[in-house]
Amino acid sequence: MKRPEPVQVVKERRDSALAALVERVPYIGFLGVHFDRRGDELTAVLPFSDTLVGNPALPAIHGGVTASFLEITSIIELGWMLMWEEIEGGGLSAADISAETMPRLPKTIDFTVDYLRSGLPRDAYARARVNRSGRRYASVHVEAWQDNRSRMFAQATGHFLMPPPRDG
Amino acid sequence: MDRKQRAELVRHFTNAIPYSRALDMRLDELGDGDAVISMPYDSRFVGDPDTGVIHGGAVSALMDTTGGAAVMSHPDAPVVTATLDLRIDYMRAAVPGQRIVCRAECYHVTRSVAFIRAVAHDDDSENPIATANGAFTADSGKITKRSAGAPA
Repeated sequence: MKRPEPVQVVKERRDSALAALVERVPYIGFLGVHFDRRGDELTAVLPFSDTLVGNPALPAIHGGVTASFLEITSIIELGWMLMWEEIEGGGLSAADISAETMPRLPKTIDFTVDYLRSGLPRDAYARARVNRSGRRYASVHVEAWQDNRSRMFAQATGHFLMPPPRDG
Repeated sequence: MDRKQRAELVRHFTNAIPYSRALDMRLDELGDGDAVISMPYDSRFVGDPDTGVIHGGAVSALMDTTGGAAVMSHPDAPVVTATLDLRIDYMRAAVPGQRIVCRAECYHVTRSVAFIRAVAHDDDSENPIATANGAFTADSGKITKRSAGAPA
């Protein structure tokens, strides 16, 4: 029987794959979003900063920041799903991960954001769920919250065009 | 509040929004219920590293801001608003290097909701990169003469 891989090898492969996926997108860095990983589950984190404000009188997070945060979370979730197949299917090791070997990112077809309450001046979190993913199209639902997981401040649904495989 | 005062207020408010400033947005036109706001190409806003195309989220932020400005500039709406819902359809990728221009129109206002539609394009203004539809709050806390008796 094959021995299971050492835990640090598994973690390093997954963490470097996720970092490679996220760090390639300049706008994610511009917004300051990062991702927490537990196994294959991702949670996007948006640390609050004064530049993210849309209404200084309240203050509240800009609706466009919320939309951006939700769209980033959805695209990375889809990209991560593709990446996971590559790295866990045995195709890619941590050393093989590069811009050339990584899956291309899905493209947004449409995105509908539902603003439930104003975004407070504090950190926000989001998780996306892929409801359907075919060869061409994917449908994703994403929820964002701040203090309480059960009190969402925004949610969104989007459709995405899946990338063709790198090798043709 | 007369037309000129409202326009001045909306201009002042829009230009002071921190995130709109972060994206270097510029208010180009403001009418009675419509607005044009544009955003430069910037490598920091790129969403697809393979093509250099701007992230959809940055386009959303532009369309949300323009929609909000259109609502605030509408004579029947209060000058304070918040987005209730925004749907964006992406027609094509914006050409890297080109400015993105968004035109939004607030086409209906009830005593509590304002409805907008918006179109965004790059240098090819005949060929939109995205369209949007949205609902914004229009709660002035008082019933205006025009909206009294109107539904919603």
